[in-house]
Amino acid sequence: MTSAQVNIETAPFLEIKGLEKAYTPGNLILKGIDISIVESGIVAIIGPSGTGKSTLLRCINRLIDPTAGQIIFDNMDLCKARGQQLRKLRRQVGMVFQEYNLVERLTVIENVLTGRLGYMSSLAAWRRKFSQQDINTAFELLDAVGLTEHAKKRADSLSGGQRQRVGIARAVMQNPRILLADEPTSSLDPKTAVEIMELLERFAQQKNIPALVNIHDVSLASRFAKRIIGMSDGKIVYDGSPDGITDDHLKQIYGGESWLV
Amino acid sequence: MAGLESTDAQYRQNPFKRNWLVTGSWLVLAGYLVFSFNAMGLTWDRFIHGLGIADQLMARMFPPNFSRWELLLSGLAESMEIAIIASVVGIFLSLFFGLFAARNLMPNWVTVPMRGFIALCRTFHPVIIAILFVKSVGFGALAGILTLIVASIGFIAKLFAEAIEEISLKQVEAIRATGAGFVSLILFSVMPQVFSRFIGFSTYQLDSNLRNSTMVGIVGAGGLGGTLFSAFQRFDYDFVAAILMSIIALIMLGEALSNVVRRIFN
Repeated sequence: MTSAQVNIETAPFLEIKGLEKAYTPGNLILKGIDISIVESGIVAIIGPSGTGKSTLLRCINRLIDPTAGQIIFDNMDLCKARGQQLRKLRRQVGMVFQEYNLVERLTVIENVLTGRLGYMSSLAAWRRKFSQQDINTAFELLDAVGLTEHAKKRADSLSGGQRQRVGIARAVMQNPRILLADEPTSSLDPKTAVEIMELLERFAQQKNIPALVNIHDVSLASRFAKRIIGMSDGKIVYDGSPDGITDDHLKQIYGGESWLV
Repeated sequence: MAGLESTDAQYRQNPFKRNWLVTGSWLVLAGYLVFSFNAMGLTWDRFIHGLGIADQLMARMFPPNFSRWELLLSGLAESMEIAIIASVVGIFLSLFFGLFAARNLMPNWVTVPMRGFIALCRTFHPVIIAILFVKSVGFGALAGILTLIVASIGFIAKLFAEAIEEISLKQVEAIRATGAGFVSLILFSVMPQVFSRFIGFSTYQLDSNLRNSTMVGIVGAGGLGGTLFSAFQRFDYDFVAAILMSIIALIMLGEALSNVVRRIFN
C-alpha cells in the first residue's frame, strides 16, 4: 500500500507499534509487537498458551497497562489515555471473554445493557435509567443472537454457548469500532465454537469493523479469518493470509511437529 | 531388600495411635477446672442454695405487672427507634467503609487505615462504647444511637469487605471493558454479586441492634434498658418480668421483620 492510498477511509482501525509488556521488570511477555489493522472482518491471532495473546488483547483496551509502545486508535494513543478519556476509548472497544464473564446474577437483557454503561453517567447508572433506544437495541441484539426467549432469565442459568452469545451481544451493544475476542470458543464444543465464530464474523461484517480473535484452533482460524497473526514467545512470527501458513510456520509457532498430522 | 522391610513394619502401624500431647492437654484442662471450682468455692451445696434464691425471685416476678404499661411502651418504642435509626445509618456507612476496606478493589493506602478504623469500632463491647458516649454527648437516646452505629460498623463493614473480597473479578473486568466508570462498575459488577449477602448481614445486624438497644439504657443511653435497671434497683420484680416479656416480644418482632426483608430481596 502506498502512502497515497492512506486517506481517511483506509486509515488503520488500529495501529500497534513496538508494544512491550513486562509483568516483572526485565521479563518481557510482549517483545515489540507491530500490527496494523486496516481491514474489517476477523483477524485471528494464533499461538500457544502463555505466549502473550491475552496480554496483547488486554493491552488494547488497557485492562493491562503496556510497558512500552504505542496503540493508535481513533487518532489517539491508547497507552497514554487516562481517566475519562480512557473510558471513552474503551467503550469503543468491545471485548468477548473466554469464560464469558457475564454478571451471573443479572438477567440476560441486563447483561446486554451493561454494554451501554460507558455512555451513561454514574447517576443514570445508579437509577438504572437506560434509554428506550438502548433497550430496543438490546432486544434486537438478543434477536440477532437467538436468545430472545431467554431475555429475562438469569445469566447463570444459561449454557456455555448461550452465555457466549450474550457476551457477544454485550460487546456489540457498545457500538464498538473494533471487537476483541480472547479465546471465545475454547470453552465450547466444536459445533458451538463454529456458531460463535459465525456470529463474530457476522457482526464484524455488519458493522464493518475488525474483530481480533485469539484462538488456538488453527483450522477454525483458517476457516474464518482473512488474516492470521502467528505469535510465539511474545513476538509475531507470521502475519498474512490463512493460505500462506505452512507446517513450517506452525512448527515455529507451536514448537514440535508430532501434533501436525 | 531387607532394610526396606523393617522400615515398612514401622511405617505400617495403627494410624489411630494415642497422641500423648493431646491426652496430656485434656488432663491439664480437667485439672484446671477442678482447681478453679475449688478456688471460687463453687460446691454443690452452693448451687442448691442458689436455686432457693432463684425460686424466691421467680415467686416475686409472677404474675408480671403491666400496670405501668405507658412507661413500658414508651421505653419499648424508644429502644426500637434507637435500633432502627442505628441500623439504617450504620449499614449505610458500612456499605462505603466495607468497600473502602476491600483489598481487591482498593489500594493499600485506603484499605489499611479503613481496616484499622473498622477494627477499632469492634474493639470495645457496646456497653463500654455506650458509657463513653453517655459521658461525651450526655444521657439519652443520642448516646444509644451512636453506640449502636459504631457497633454496626465494627461488625458489618468487616463482613461487607470480606464479601466484596470474595467476588469474581472476571465480571468486574468485563464491566470495566465496557468503559464504565468506577461508580457504574461497583453498581453493575460488584453489587449484584454481593447484594443478597449484604441483605443477610443487614438483617442480622438489625436483630443484634434490637437486642443491644434494650441494653444500652442500663448505662443511661436511652431505651427500655434504663427502665429495666431502675425496676431492678427498686426490687419491682413483677415489673421486671413485664419488661423482660416485652423485650422478648420485641426481639421476636425483629426476627419476623428480618424474615420479611430477606424474602423481599431474595
